[in-house]
Amino acid sequence: MASFTLNGQETTAEVDPAMPILWVVREKLGMNGTKFGCGIAQCGACTVHLDGQPVRSCSTPIAEAEGRAITTIEGISGPDGELSAVQKAWVSEQVPQCGYCQSGQIMSATALLRDNPQPSDEDIDAAMSGNICRCGTYTRIRRAIKVASGQLEPRSEEA
Amino acid sequence: MNDMSPEKKERSKLAKWSRRGFIGAGVLAGGGLLIGVGVRPGNPIDKLAGKVATGDGEQLVNSWVKIDTNNIVTAIVPHCEMGQGAHSVLAQMLADELDAAWDKVKVMQAPADGSYVVTDTARMFLAPFTMNAADWIEPTWDGLFTQMARLADAMITGGSSSIRTTGQHSMRVAGAAARKMLVGAAAEAWSVPAGEIVTRDSTLIHEASGKSAPYSEFASAAAEQPMDQTPTLKTASEYRLMGKSKARTDIPDKITGTAEFGIDAAPEGLDLSYAAVVRPPIQGTSVASMDATRAAEMPGVLQILNMGSFVAVVADSYWQAQQAVNTIQIGWTESESPIKTMDDQFAAFAAALDDAGETGGKEAAAKGNAQDAFGKAAKTIEAEYKAPYLAHAPMEPLNCTAHFKGGKCDIWTSTQVPLMARSAVAETIGVSSEDIIIHHPYLGGAFGRRLGAEYVSMAARIAKATGYPVKMIWSREEDTQKALYRCADLNRLRAGLDDSGNIVAYDSVFTQRHDPAEACVPAMYAIPNTSVRVAEAELHLPFQAWRSVDHSQQGWFIESFIDEAAHAAGKDPLEYRLSMLKDAPRHLAVLEKVAEISEWRSPLGEGKAKGVAIVESFGTIVAEVIEVDMSSGKPKMTNIWAVCDAGYVMNPDGFRNQIEGGIVFGLTAAMYGELELVDGAIKQSNFHDYKMLRMNETPNIAVELINSGDVPVGGAGEPGLPPAAPALTNAIFAATGKRLRELPIAKQFA
Repeated sequence: MASFTLNGQETTAEVDPAMPILWVVREKLGMNGTKFGCGIAQCGACTVHLDGQPVRSCSTPIAEAEGRAITTIEGISGPDGELSAVQKAWVSEQVPQCGYCQSGQIMSATALLRDNPQPSDEDIDAAMSGNICRCGTYTRIRRAIKVASGQLEPRSEEA
Repeated sequence: MNDMSPEKKERSKLAKWSRRGFIGAGVLAGGGLLIGVGVRPGNPIDKLAGKVATGDGEQLVNSWVKIDTNNIVTAIVPHCEMGQGAHSVLAQMLADELDAAWDKVKVMQAPADGSYVVTDTARMFLAPFTMNAADWIEPTWDGLFTQMARLADAMITGGSSSIRTTGQHSMRVAGAAARKMLVGAAAEAWSVPAGEIVTRDSTLIHEASGKSAPYSEFASAAAEQPMDQTPTLKTASEYRLMGKSKARTDIPDKITGTAEFGIDAAPEGLDLSYAAVVRPPIQGTSVASMDATRAAEMPGVLQILNMGSFVAVVADSYWQAQQAVNTIQIGWTESESPIKTMDDQFAAFAAALDDAGETGGKEAAAKGNAQDAFGKAAKTIEAEYKAPYLAHAPMEPLNCTAHFKGGKCDIWTSTQVPLMARSAVAETIGVSSEDIIIHHPYLGGAFGRRLGAEYVSMAARIAKATGYPVKMIWSREEDTQKALYRCADLNRLRAGLDDSGNIVAYDSVFTQRHDPAEACVPAMYAIPNTSVRVAEAELHLPFQAWRSVDHSQQGWFIESFIDEAAHAAGKDPLEYRLSMLKDAPRHLAVLEKVAEISEWRSPLGEGKAKGVAIVESFGTIVAEVIEVDMSSGKPKMTNIWAVCDAGYVMNPDGFRNQIEGGIVFGLTAAMYGELELVDGAIKQSNFHDYKMLRMNETPNIAVELINSGDVPVGGAGEPGLPPAAPALTNAIFAATGKRLRELPIAKQFA
């Protein structure tokens, strides 16, 4: 049995303590926003926050979350459903294509901006290069991070 | 070879398409007659209403559009959404012709039903020769093609085709026809001439009488109106939504984690179990022996299945299933393939090319007399290029959820071919297609991989064997090593140059020709004598179309070799290409524009060099310039400029996003893409050794679009890819003098 908070809610799960957070969240708790990509912490699709720090949930056993706070993509909007600055920038810059990796991208970007509200290109490279986007939306992700941090103006729709 | 210029060919196609517009839509509605009789009880389209317009008060106007009581217009889209943005742009096209208010437009995935076969797309795939059939034969082809499309389960998404086939010939026609039906219904009710009614923002307006009404008020009456078989479509100056960068409708759900992909299937009321699978390391072999003693004792394991062609473990969770399946000792039957390594594969290709010699093999294209011209050339250059096998590696691993009960089967999966998947399942588990329902949500990438449906059949077999609902997920390792692949190939090229360095003879011979047929022909260049030949050789790994298909290797072969010719002639590679494009004004304009925005003719920065390439694919001409910095001794890409002419772009920002993605996909392959063989099995297994380009390696990408109009709309999903690899290797040559004739690049600078 593991006890932790999930997006602010006290949660317990009757699972093998070695089971990765990814599968506990998806299969046992029914939250599908966190994605399986590689299973070996190489692609970042499964990124969640553990006490605010980004971790690869496919390779982090649920035992490590004992007594700690897990935040998933479902937990980063405001309580009234208002999108976060990062999510809003992802919309204005029209980042996603297939969208499968974007939960992980947004979780990595959210952690970056909390620690570093004005990241440089090098900071963005360092924080985001663990997340693969097979559709190739990297240039838009970079721009969206700059929009979310107020370094660039959002795109206008008719452009 | 057909000597019509590409522009002329396109225009002649357009003439036929505009005439065929309605017929396409009629077919898509379930048969040419259906649309004409509208939605009435008792006719087949009414049965369709039961499947797609089930909401309270929803009215199906024709098979592509429904309107509810809140005046929400829903575009029913037959193509899948795999990241290319087709759902959104197809809705944009329908809504524009319908004069619908964009903020009241929704998109719905059409169900996997024969009524939604995409005939035009299918025609392009299955019978491209009919696209230029003589006019008198057209009605026959249409009738025949309806049958063919249905027989072939042609509900396909691929070939960068959704916008230029279904969008242009069906969604727009359906929107315009629906608008006319709404106007007709209002005219009757208001007793005014239809010609006096205007439409805007989902509202019918009769100014003289001051009457107006939302579309919803006349949706039912509209369905009773006759459907115009050839409604007048808007011209570009009348577009309100087409040509605009409207935000994609699927994005809001993709940033909150609520978008549903195949792997997220959670059918209500079903308690899912999970399967992990192991397929043979060399395809075509099967299980010879199996020891699953350890797996059987592992927690959560429900069943261990020896399916002959694969082994599956079903457990309470996917993680448990995967852990257990990893412990099973499996002996596989011997492979009959003589190919054990990539050296073997390339030797087999070389043997086929040796046999073909300088004139043998099957002719793919011929112009003038190449052999004669080689004899007269002042100088001949030759080169041999090697392309590796590649995996698609979509981010969403292959998966499928299946539930077999009472002789019926429900399937939830990400697929580009829902109806083909249905037929594959029917054949595999021996039930009729009517007893199979395919639920197909968003695809987490596909790039051609999900045109194959073997994984869907596997899940159906597992579900039939267990009798309970099972979600099967392939590990990334299975997806990398045991899937379907972009082919490897070997290409020998020769060019004969005259005294001024112009190419007067061109010969190319290779072993793989799949699709599109014209990918191997440098048709845009004014080369008087051309010979393109195929000397077929067996592939060790099973083939599947991979983003841009033959263009992915042929674009690199051709545009690298043209670059070699330019250098052999002592000419600037961009100016050299321009000199050969005098009869191709669109290509010329694209190349001139990329020269301008990349500042090709300005001095380069210290340690930097630029390379250029231009490829036309899927109806779109794309030229790219890549700037590299070699100062560290390894190629670092610093800037990329792309210029595209697709004729007319329906959603510029969406189009640019696709081109950017195609470039990154192409550069990923160029830098890292390679599958090696060890004892006939693939060595690479996951993203640590089958590498992807990442954020820190991706430079700025500037994309400019030219709307040259006057031609049909070209594709977006694939055309950005083919010029990327040659632009990069050409830049590396410019910087280092090292001509790369095999890929990938990174390991050659390790």
